[in-house]
Amino acid sequence: MAEKEITLMKGNEAIAHAAIRCGCDGFFGYPITPQSEILETLAELKPWETTGMVVVQAESELASINMVYGGAACGKRVFTSSSSPGISLMQEGISYIAAGELPALIVNVMRGGPGLGTIQPSQSDYFQACKGGGHGDYHLIVLAPDSVQEMADFVDLGFELAFKHLNPCMILADGVIGQMMEKVVLPPFKPRKTDEQVAAECPWATTGRKGRKHNIISTLMLKSEEMEQVNLRLQAKYKRIEETEVRYEAYHCEDADYLICAFGSAARIAKKVIEAAAQEGIKVGLLRPITLWPFPSQIINELSKKVKGILTVEFNAGQMVEDVRMAAAPGTPVEHFGRLGGIIPTPDEVVNALKTKLIK
Amino acid sequence: MTKEEIIQPENLVYKKPEMLNDTPMHYCPGCSHGMVHKLVAEIIEEMGMTEKTIGVCPVGCSVFAYKYVDVDWQEAAHGRAPAVATAIKRLMPDKLVFTYQGDGDLACIGTGETIHALNRGENIAIIFINNAIYGMTGGQMAPTTLIGQKTATCPYGRDPEIHGYPLKMTELAAQLRGTCYVTRQTVYSVGAINKAKKAIKKAFQLSMEGKGSSLVEIVSTCNSGWKLSPEKANKWMEENMFPFYPLGDLKDESTKE
Repeated sequence: MAEKEITLMKGNEAIAHAAIRCGCDGFFGYPITPQSEILETLAELKPWETTGMVVVQAESELASINMVYGGAACGKRVFTSSSSPGISLMQEGISYIAAGELPALIVNVMRGGPGLGTIQPSQSDYFQACKGGGHGDYHLIVLAPDSVQEMADFVDLGFELAFKHLNPCMILADGVIGQMMEKVVLPPFKPRKTDEQVAAECPWATTGRKGRKHNIISTLMLKSEEMEQVNLRLQAKYKRIEETEVRYEAYHCEDADYLICAFGSAARIAKKVIEAAAQEGIKVGLLRPITLWPFPSQIINELSKKVKGILTVEFNAGQMVEDVRMAAAPGTPVEHFGRLGGIIPTPDEVVNALKTKLIK
Repeated sequence: MTKEEIIQPENLVYKKPEMLNDTPMHYCPGCSHGMVHKLVAEIIEEMGMTEKTIGVCPVGCSVFAYKYVDVDWQEAAHGRAPAVATAIKRLMPDKLVFTYQGDGDLACIGTGETIHALNRGENIAIIFINNAIYGMTGGQMAPTTLIGQKTATCPYGRDPEIHGYPLKMTELAAQLRGTCYVTRQTVYSVGAINKAKKAIKKAFQLSMEGKGSSLVEIVSTCNSGWKLSPEKANKWMEENMFPFYPLGDLKDESTKE
């Protein structure tokens, strides 16, 4: 094996390869464009014959997310993937996984909505991913990759965060990142956890009550006082995550006069915008949130004090812009530019938006 | 002979299975759930599987099954127990994995998950409590409610024109290639309890032998929901439920290699 294995593949394929390599125990999914290559690649690679990883094509997204619940409750590294309408269908199950404090990974390769929408790329599930999505007060840890490399890297990172905090983690990719091909260095192989490791690391897991009291995974608390305690415990955990897990990329922010805030492939476009604007003598920086929740509010607040204005670029009608407005220092002009329905804005369009909305 | 002399291990003819703990059950007097719980506990103990069993409970009256039988349990979302059990068994094939579901959970909201788990031939056992009513939520119409039967949401009796027909899930399950054992039992008499126990045990054993899916329907009473005394509920079940849901094996491929 070469020291650095560089391959060319789609973001969706990278997810599948990375899962097998990072000791994933099971995948449960249902076909939907534009993410079907994840299940297809897994089916082709047959990891059940090599690492023992289980791959099941479920009868629906309802079934797949509940299979993930079942597997996660056994302390296993399990994940599912889908695209926007399918993720909507999973919301009840995601709420259960969050309430049960189970570690699981969910991949959403977003397409345009609402409704059946379009199969073209979008970022219009930001609210759903970052503000709860299902019922009850809960948060997912949300990772937003901007490259095929990050698609590969965030699988293991997502599992690590999920197990560290016993909380579901979502990779929120847009259709561009899922479908485009790029070079990628796949992560090194690491073995699946043994039964002994699972028993030691996940004493709560339902693996049979050998040598201990029986374990119960339930999210039902009929007494309000108990339910409130569960909620308070969750909120304390979310606070810890907010304090420790914020990730972002600051690009050309040092002496920027204007700041673009964008995630996923919108951030890739923003980097082109920065080049184009520089040629016109406009100094623009990019703050790319890598964790959409917890949101990098503090750095945005700091940067907002140094720039004349912030433009968020999103493939939606203005979702992340709300969090940027809350983070920015009072009085900072914060504007949004987005294209909808699966349309990807060109760098020129964004430069133009920057000028008309902020520079004037 | 004094009472103390009689209560000696050598005189013991019956005892509560150790797996069944002392938590007072929330079930109504006359309900079939308590009996089926006891059978499940006895069987797990007899099979020596107490440390290797994961049960999946539903939403419905038996949502709290995990409080009474001391094995590992997962509480599933409404209807999704067969999907949850699929993952557990696929990830841990050496474990005994079963679901315990009511008619609303299994035959209504979870019809898809039930049929597909059975059709895939997952090596799990499904215990299906059919009492023809939604017990937990206060006696509404279930998919298995009989024609003419009165419930909170069909107070004038189930009318096929308005409510459609009762669903025979067990008959459907018997048609599926993935099932190896499909049977309908009840627990209203000592004889019936013994038969039901044999059926559940067989289903559990087949799942461990990797023969495919099993479904054991238990035609049950819900005297609270039916608004009948326990005794009258048994009689009503005999006269109304058994003719429509006849007892016995619908499919048995247990000896097939």
